[in-house]
Amino acid sequence: MRTFIALAANPDYPTLEDFGKDPIWISIIKAVGIFVLLMLGVLFGVWFERKLISRMQHRYGPNRAGKFGLLQSVADGLKMALKEDIFPRTVDKVLYFLSPVIIAVPAFLAFSIVPFGPMVTMFGERTPLQLTDLPVAVLLVLALASIGVYGIVLAGWASRSPYAVLGGLRSAAQVVSYEIAMALSFVAVFLVAGTLSTSEIVRAQSVGGTVSLFGMEFSTPSWFVIQLIPSFLIYVICMLGETNRVPFDLPEGEGELVGGFHTEYSSSLKFAMFMLAEYVNIFTVSALAITLFFGGWQAPWPISLWDGANTGYWPFLWFLLKMVIVFSFFVWVRASLPRIRYDQLMAFGWKVLIPLNLGWILLFATFRALRIDEGNRTLIMTMLAFVVLACFLIYMRFDIVAQRRKREQEAEVAAEFEELGNAPEAGGFPVPPLDLPHYHGVQRKEVSSGTH
Amino acid sequence: MELYVPILVLAVLAAGFAIFSVSIAPFTGPKRWNRAKLDAYECGIDPTPQPVGGGRFPLKYMITAMLFIVFDIEIIFLYPWAVAFDKLGLFGLVEMVLFIVTVLVAYAYVWRRKGLDWD
Repeated sequence: MRTFIALAANPDYPTLEDFGKDPIWISIIKAVGIFVLLMLGVLFGVWFERKLISRMQHRYGPNRAGKFGLLQSVADGLKMALKEDIFPRTVDKVLYFLSPVIIAVPAFLAFSIVPFGPMVTMFGERTPLQLTDLPVAVLLVLALASIGVYGIVLAGWASRSPYAVLGGLRSAAQVVSYEIAMALSFVAVFLVAGTLSTSEIVRAQSVGGTVSLFGMEFSTPSWFVIQLIPSFLIYVICMLGETNRVPFDLPEGEGELVGGFHTEYSSSLKFAMFMLAEYVNIFTVSALAITLFFGGWQAPWPISLWDGANTGYWPFLWFLLKMVIVFSFFVWVRASLPRIRYDQLMAFGWKVLIPLNLGWILLFATFRALRIDEGNRTLIMTMLAFVVLACFLIYMRFDIVAQRRKREQEAEVAAEFEELGNAPEAGGFPVPPLDLPHYHGVQRKEVSSGTH
Repeated sequence: MELYVPILVLAVLAAGFAIFSVSIAPFTGPKRWNRAKLDAYECGIDPTPQPVGGGRFPLKYMITAMLFIVFDIEIIFLYPWAVAFDKLGLFGLVEMVLFIVTVLVAYAYVWRRKGLDWD
């Protein structure tokens, strides 16, 4: 709590009270600004991804349209607009038409609570460089992500084709599964920041707190990524799963599902909406990663030594730089990792990420309670020991069960192998025996070359 | 309520753009009628007949959706707890440990009944 009082003196950092005071024309300017930024961001992002992944694969990538191929995405967009728009006979017309809208609108809306900078002067009005902020801002992002799932499911369902339906369901199941782990990874951030409002989370990361350990005072770093590294690592995995990106891009596993939920959408502007929503979603999770873990718009260390680094419109630049870095990480992962199997994906999300997350939250909360509640130290210590012991016992129990299952499975496979080996027609499945009678085909006289 | 007005402004903008884009799509491209083109795409084979009102799908997905609801409600409880943690102190911690243990019982049950397995 002490840090908040110290922070209140800095008028550059917006608080929740600074929002909701803009005249409507400022709101419109900000909304248009965010919209244009996202559209340009998608155009740039598509080009940047293709270019970077090309260089990682020793290719040139797009380099024909415009300087460095910069106009490639514009050309792609124009091409999509000039393609024939097909309404397949089987589709549910209304939902088929509406799903691209349902998926695109929440993607844009999530950016309304992303803090781009501190208090700035915009056309004579002093206002935060952020469209709006809510006491439940992060919850709004999660809610909007859930609405986006409707777009995916309805697109697959309305297409009335097996690939699309399966792709839509798969995608929805994956997104909701990883949304749980993602939402859980935020809890530690809220524990430290004491709020769900994005601007105040950024503010909480401006000054580190202090920890007293064994009678000595240590100052904790201000960015949550250092303090809450387990949460951050889980979030990074979840943000790949949440946006259907490699290695979790199962919904578009082209080897098995063609295009997934957008199979029936020909390469027209409807498909462009899906593409747009996908990239905007990537930007949203990147922006969330920056806001919650990387200090938001605040300048990184060497630049932050300069006094003016966190004032005026400069932080917008730091924010964009951080966005480019996080987006590059997405591309890097895509260039490096193969796609994983669907059962592995779901098992990882449900059986690893969620219990790990809950355990980490409890552990972190216990340590925090130790710091706050000086009086009940022994009680909290006992509880911590209890929790750790319980976790260990549960793990042991599951390990024993897992080992037993594994042995049973191995025995089963061995029995099957034995049984198949006894069958005369299979003789030694899966390896054929050496004395198996061979069919040699039509006997043919060998003709030596050159003697025709 | 003022906090939500800018979100509405952005919503109008985004919805306007999205509806405009999908609406003009039929008019910007060419139109060449072809019977096969209007069939559902299944890599060239005849499309599988789909029942009116949607076909059947694996029950697994429904179970996942139900489990999602359970854990989503848990998260809804965790958020206000995390925000108010410094004020609640030890009481909040004990309550949350008990709550998570309760949810974990259900979780372990689902796990043992192979509700989390995809065969």
